[in-house]
Amino acid sequence: MELREFINFPGLTFPGLKITLLKPDIFFKQWYSWYSKIHSSHLESPLEVFHNHVYRLGIPDSHIVLMLADDMACNYRNPKPATVFSHKNMELNVYGDDVEVDYRGYEVTVENFLRVLTGRLPPSTPRSKRLLSDDRSNILIYLTGHGGNGFLKFQDSEEISNMELADAFEQMWQKRRYNELLFIIDTCQGASMYERFYSPNLMALASSQVGEDSLSHQPDLGIGVHLMDKYTFYLLEFLEEVHPASQANMNDLFKVCPQSQCVSTPGHRTDLFQRDPGSVLITDFFGSVRKVEITKDTINLTSPVEPPIKRSGSSDIQIESLTYVDQLPVAEIIHQKPKQKDWHPPDGFILGLWTLILLVFFQTYGIKHLKHIF
Amino acid sequence: HTHLNYKLGLTLQNRTSEALTPAAAARDEFQEELVIRPLHSGDIYASFQFRTLWDTDFLQEGQKVSHYRLFPKSLGQVLSKFSVRELHISFTQGFWRTMQWGQPFIPSPPGAELWVWFHDTVSDVDGNWKELTNVLSGIFCASLNFIDLTNTVQPSASFKPLGLGNATDHRFLRYATLPREIVCTENLTPWKKLLPCGSKAGLAVLLKSEKLFHSSFHSQAVHIRPVCQDEQCTSKAWELRQTLNVVFDLYTAGQGKKEWSLFKMFSRTLTEACPLATSSKVYVDITDNPELSPATPLLSQAVVLGDRRTYSVFDLTRAETFGQLRSLNLLLRWKGDGEMLRPLLHAERYVAGFGLQTGEIHTVIYNNHPYRAFPVLLMDSVPWYLQLYIHTLTVTSKSRDNKPSYIHYQPAKDRHRPHLLEMLIQLPPHSMTEVTVQFERALLKWTEYTPDPNHGFYVGSSVVSALVPSMVAMNTNFTQDQPLFSSFVPVKEESSYFVRVYTEPLLVNLPTPDFSMPYNVICLTCTVVAVGYGSFYNLLTRTFQVDEPSLPLAKRLANLIRRIRGVPLLT
Repeated sequence: MELREFINFPGLTFPGLKITLLKPDIFFKQWYSWYSKIHSSHLESPLEVFHNHVYRLGIPDSHIVLMLADDMACNYRNPKPATVFSHKNMELNVYGDDVEVDYRGYEVTVENFLRVLTGRLPPSTPRSKRLLSDDRSNILIYLTGHGGNGFLKFQDSEEISNMELADAFEQMWQKRRYNELLFIIDTCQGASMYERFYSPNLMALASSQVGEDSLSHQPDLGIGVHLMDKYTFYLLEFLEEVHPASQANMNDLFKVCPQSQCVSTPGHRTDLFQRDPGSVLITDFFGSVRKVEITKDTINLTSPVEPPIKRSGSSDIQIESLTYVDQLPVAEIIHQKPKQKDWHPPDGFILGLWTLILLVFFQTYGIKHLKHIF
Repeated sequence: HTHLNYKLGLTLQNRTSEALTPAAAARDEFQEELVIRPLHSGDIYASFQFRTLWDTDFLQEGQKVSHYRLFPKSLGQVLSKFSVRELHISFTQGFWRTMQWGQPFIPSPPGAELWVWFHDTVSDVDGNWKELTNVLSGIFCASLNFIDLTNTVQPSASFKPLGLGNATDHRFLRYATLPREIVCTENLTPWKKLLPCGSKAGLAVLLKSEKLFHSSFHSQAVHIRPVCQDEQCTSKAWELRQTLNVVFDLYTAGQGKKEWSLFKMFSRTLTEACPLATSSKVYVDITDNPELSPATPLLSQAVVLGDRRTYSVFDLTRAETFGQLRSLNLLLRWKGDGEMLRPLLHAERYVAGFGLQTGEIHTVIYNNHPYRAFPVLLMDSVPWYLQLYIHTLTVTSKSRDNKPSYIHYQPAKDRHRPHLLEMLIQLPPHSMTEVTVQFERALLKWTEYTPDPNHGFYVGSSVVSALVPSMVAMNTNFTQDQPLFSSFVPVKEESSYFVRVYTEPLLVNLPTPDFSMPYNVICLTCTVVAVGYGSFYNLLTRTFQVDEPSLPLAKRLANLIRRIRGVPLLT
């Protein structure tokens, strides 16, 4: 029996997907990790806790692109608004006080996800919605939701296939948009999503093999949904022990959640990765380090608060005083002249109609008869 | 040679050599204010206003503003890049119940609302509008990029600028609402980051999302406009007002007792004023004589929204306000038995009709003034997929036809423009005016449906703007130490005050196709093709041959012998 069927948040018509990406800070030219994740109805698991861990390990919000398809925290059915808990003890509010969601609701579509990855966004897209990575960035992509053999569901109406994802990563490689990419997916038959990758420097982890289902971990009887997926729960437990100077490597990550705990068999793929996974640190993707130089010099800061501006100064020069606009000038409104509509040349249909009429007219009567009419 | 941590204040990073001379830098100041008003229903209304005033001109040619101090740089750059004269954006969760709570200080419709006045030097207003919405969606983490020409209107008489100016050509005004937009922590976070003190000091420490969103009404807004620099009003200053209105419910947050305290509302108490603020005050409305502790001798009277109210003032810039414990926790208790002042203007809207083909929108406006009639401007912006039949538009007051003195109607263009209907209606005293218009629901293309079309489609709130006659003389003088909540809307005459009332947004169901039908059709077609046509094809093109079964070895040898003998063969 597939427990995922019961995981949908009660009343919501669709589970959605969230994606978070971290973007590097180009000014500092550091190894900033890129972190992206998609989450479905299990809002709690990936979004917040991952966000917390990644945040804790040093990646700032400006380097995270978060995509949430469902609004669970402020949904009217949430008995504790603006909070999402990862454990039924309700000890840690994973939605936090300073979360910044970049794509939410209907904006989370396959098209937007692929556009963010490949960088082909409209020119007016703000910076916080872009993946501003370069060839020295490490990107972490985390997706969770409902999926199947070769696809991942978005918003209950769309799917992304493993081929599309592989092609998107190849585009990223061609455009030098990443140095190394870690792809984690927590869905049913998740391993099918990384089967088709063919670009170099990709490492992938999935929560279940083809033909297996990923299961959820804990129900909360208060809201009636399950709070987290098994794989993510154990992954996060593992990340709790990781600190910014930790030497844990990818081989430890592959051992997370064996079949005895997860029921499904987690899989991984490292053949496209050029380095040995044993030498890749977890913090290469999950954390970031900034170079800081300490100085012993002192800097004098001038007092920030200036005395309040005296605004009632008298002036000898007679300057015309400005006035506020009348909010409801009734007389002016009633006598407002109707807006002059700009003249547009006739539309195609009207032109065609008139051409037809004229043609028929000249056909019937002929040009030489016109002088009798005019 | 230090690498500065990016978290250090802007003051250090933005100091260039020229800006160090104070004469060159334009002066700015910051004021913060909190007004707490107990409501008759037992709920409590808290209104935060944070104002930054800056004596500079973004739009002056040749002068590039680069030194930002209290005014947030992200907004300043937006203003200069898009030549914005006025910007008003609000995010609201919940609906303001006028009849139970009275009039709000700053009204706002449910969802997101954005209206902008551009400068008259702008040549392509639509292009600037599109880019502005995208930039704002990044700043506020909201899906404002869904604002496009299909939900933008250009009101012809409503939404006059709230700031300084003389000529108002409505070609430079754009208005849009997103009634479906949700407001959550991710919208509050960047809003708090725009404040000079952030959420670390001053009144903003009270803004914790777990408590703010556990309320009946939550609205946060940003208003930017040019205002008078001083009483003479000879030069302009830019004003940025960030307002946050929240109404805490008696039962969900108040546990049923009409006893509120700052700690109960916000789970925090005040410990200090924002060091960058020149004034930081808390006003508590004590007109209905509630019990307030700690008591304060400072009292202030203000006429706001046509009503004279008395306020207890707590000045946070003074250390003695915080007492021995260095923290201020106001306690308010009241009985709420008396009569509430009935709001003079109130509006409602609903959809009537049945079925998925036609319907009728009813807008009801109430004038509760006993003897005065006044005109109101009703603005309706209906999406194109509700096709309005304007010939069925009727305006009735007291069951008699009431002809509006001004009607502006711009019909919709499918997938390009929404309907815009603006009417100036004279409301008779003590009456109910009903505006009805019939519509037909359109069938959308299958790609235009949202992932959850059976939820319905939202129609934005109607806006009713009016100059309501006031029972109490309004204050037309502009003074520096006027409380912020009374100086939001400029008051031009004593006898009336300007009010804007928003109706409920509508939720209409459009005829929705069954999205599982393509799958069903494919199954059915393939079955019919396979069974019906397939059999027919086979019948026509297959030839049948009689096939002799092969005999076992013994019989074959026997047949060989029989052939030699010339005897009939075995089968």
